[in-house]
Amino acid sequence: MTRTKRRTGRRHPLAAAALLALGLVFTGGAYAALSTGTAQAEVDPNSQQTIEQGKKLFQANCATCHGLDAQGTNIGPTLIGVGAASVDFQVGTGRMPMQMQGPQAQQKPVQFTDDQVKQLAYFIASLGPGPEIPDDHLASGGGDAANGAELFRINCAMCHNVAGAGGALTEGKFAPSLANTSGVHIYEAMVTGPQNMPVFNDLNISPEDKRDVITYLKYVQDNRSPGGFELGSLGPVAEGLFIWIFGLGAIVAITVWITAKSN
Amino acid sequence: MSTASTRSPAPVKRSFTAEASEYLNDRTGLAVAIKGLGRKAFPDHWSFLLGEVALFSFVVILVSGTFLTFFFQASMAEVHYDGSYVPLKGVEMSVAMASTLDISFDIRGGLFVRQMHHWAALLFIAAIGLHMLRVFFTGAFRKPREINWVFGFTLFVLALAEGFTGYSLPDDLLSGNGLRIIDGLVKGIPLIGTWTSFLLFGGEFPGNVIVGRLYTLHILLLPALLVLLIAIHVGYVFIHKHTQFAGPGREPTNSVGPPILPIYAAKAGGFMFIIWGVISLIAALFTINPIWNYGPYDPSPVSAGTQPDWYIGFADGALRLIPPGWEFVWLDRTWSFNILVPLVVIGIFLLLVVAYPFIEAWIKGDTREHHIADRPRNAATRTAIGAAGVTFYAGLWAAASSDILATHFSLTMEGVIHALQAATVLGPFIAYFITKRVCIALQKKDREIVLHGYESGRIVKLPGGEFIEVHQPLDEYDRWRLVSHESYQPLMLRPNARGKITVGQRVRASLSRWFFEDRIAPVTRGELEASHTSHH
Repeated sequence: MTRTKRRTGRRHPLAAAALLALGLVFTGGAYAALSTGTAQAEVDPNSQQTIEQGKKLFQANCATCHGLDAQGTNIGPTLIGVGAASVDFQVGTGRMPMQMQGPQAQQKPVQFTDDQVKQLAYFIASLGPGPEIPDDHLASGGGDAANGAELFRINCAMCHNVAGAGGALTEGKFAPSLANTSGVHIYEAMVTGPQNMPVFNDLNISPEDKRDVITYLKYVQDNRSPGGFELGSLGPVAEGLFIWIFGLGAIVAITVWITAKSN
Repeated sequence: MSTASTRSPAPVKRSFTAEASEYLNDRTGLAVAIKGLGRKAFPDHWSFLLGEVALFSFVVILVSGTFLTFFFQASMAEVHYDGSYVPLKGVEMSVAMASTLDISFDIRGGLFVRQMHHWAALLFIAAIGLHMLRVFFTGAFRKPREINWVFGFTLFVLALAEGFTGYSLPDDLLSGNGLRIIDGLVKGIPLIGTWTSFLLFGGEFPGNVIVGRLYTLHILLLPALLVLLIAIHVGYVFIHKHTQFAGPGREPTNSVGPPILPIYAAKAGGFMFIIWGVISLIAALFTINPIWNYGPYDPSPVSAGTQPDWYIGFADGALRLIPPGWEFVWLDRTWSFNILVPLVVIGIFLLLVVAYPFIEAWIKGDTREHHIADRPRNAATRTAIGAAGVTFYAGLWAAASSDILATHFSLTMEGVIHALQAATVLGPFIAYFITKRVCIALQKKDREIVLHGYESGRIVKLPGGEFIEVHQPLDEYDRWRLVSHESYQPLMLRPNARGKITVGQRVRASLSRWFFEDRIAPVTRGELEASHTSHH
């Protein structure tokens, strides 16, 4: 009955909004698909144009501290020989350009496009040989997670925590959480040793072992805890805080409720 | 029943319940027990239920723990894990760790019960802690309950031992790190340390026997002691009666509240299921001790953020607060004062906690029984001492999470440690002073209210032109609550029978002065009457 009454020939009041949303999704989606499709092939590591572009970006954004020829100044180290991997990590994770001087460079929103990061990286790589941006097959996982987990516990967990939740270092420095770090950046961090991190070179941990470490971290990133909410994977401190505030808190509220009835 | 055959059939239509209870009573004499216990009254106050929270979480622990023993294997034999958790497949580990992983991943409901067991354990000890604080701050440890305070304290220590042995069983990285600290603590004791450690671990740490030994303690000895002491502890609550807060009709000789049967038993029974429910809900939703992250124990790695469960935190914090350089070689031996000092300080702290009822009774020279619970403000010095103790404990406790505090509040680790060192040493004095002043101020306020009533905010102009604010007098019930507490006075120094003043008496007198010099006497009947006549 009511259904037939509504057929008045008018559009639904939300039709315009729905149409608008649909249009936005399509245009946005198409843009995203096109832009990622084009980004992949564009930067050629060896072309003179790439290096020129990178140099310009460097002189505009980095030279204040690292010197016009990347030779270093008294407020920033030389970048000759740090390799493309180092630049890709530091700039690609938003640590460089540095927000402010402090115990260590803080992460902030990435300031450059992927192409610009690569141009900068190849410009620095052209100044002297250093660690390269890893191949996809090493940085995207697919290895032995069990081996990676063991290597991670032995080599990384003392700073980064077994679940990669991060941890404190001395004098305000810290090992960051790895919950959202990409495989490429994890690999680059291992070969270049950014901030306070030691370098794990290929003799120390082979490229395949590095791939296994990334495989483990990807497993942790992709699989939620089977036990439920992780409480930050921080261990007993978070658990203790939870039981005192929410567990006992809820129960005390219940005791008050139970005895309030009689008063 | 001998008369049953002679009864006429019409009026003996008895209910099944009546028949059944009579059947039972004839064979067990249950009615006597029910009459005795069932009529006992239990005072109603939310804080009186905290001990029950501990009791009911212990029940959850017992039941869930029994389930876990069906599947846990306390062996340190080496195996290669072959369960369904991929990042540990093929990894060498102990049978204990592998069986805990099987409980977590391959046994139906295993992870849920494991999490229930662990969450319930955290809640158990937290509830004990809160219960102890309630008993302390209301003075419910006074005669005749001092011995039951000792039993309760022993239960607390046993619960810590249960917790720690349980934490060590899975033989994962975290539990192994915890045992390593215990090993270090034991080895730090002069002369006997190393020998004791070897005795404990059956050789050099970690050895291959410790999990089996801890398991025996965890599921046999400690639970047996706990159950026994709980029975004694609760038995004494029945024998002594529960304390109650002051109120009209509440005397030291009675106990006012709903009787155990049927009201209180029904409430407590329901409450038990609520506790079960809360623990189940938490266990179903929140991960606890994800051993699959930690991996098997290996003496070399230590994870960032490695901490003991919360109840051992104060001991871990004490170790972290010791400044560097307190370990030196003397007489060809290493003296680890960085370990000995925390051990001794914690030992003294715990000793003071267990001995407090006796100390206070001695200072007061009070040998009467006390069944009316104090309001904390009316025992200002005790409350202040309690606040100081809580602050000290909190300082140690917070220090156990110094690294998490540093990362999450963007502080330096050194800054956190130094701040907590200061808080742990100076904090108790500040807390003592503030709490005592607040208590006395609250007593003053109570006195004012009793004498002059509440300020009603209504200003009245008298015929003579005078303005007065009308004070609303208290009703008698409220007044009773505010005037019925006892007031102590400092003990006078008096020579004993032989005409001497002993050192002990001097100490006692000065402690008594410290306790009771600053005090607000409760309003007397005379003062009350005087205030009434003077006003209107």
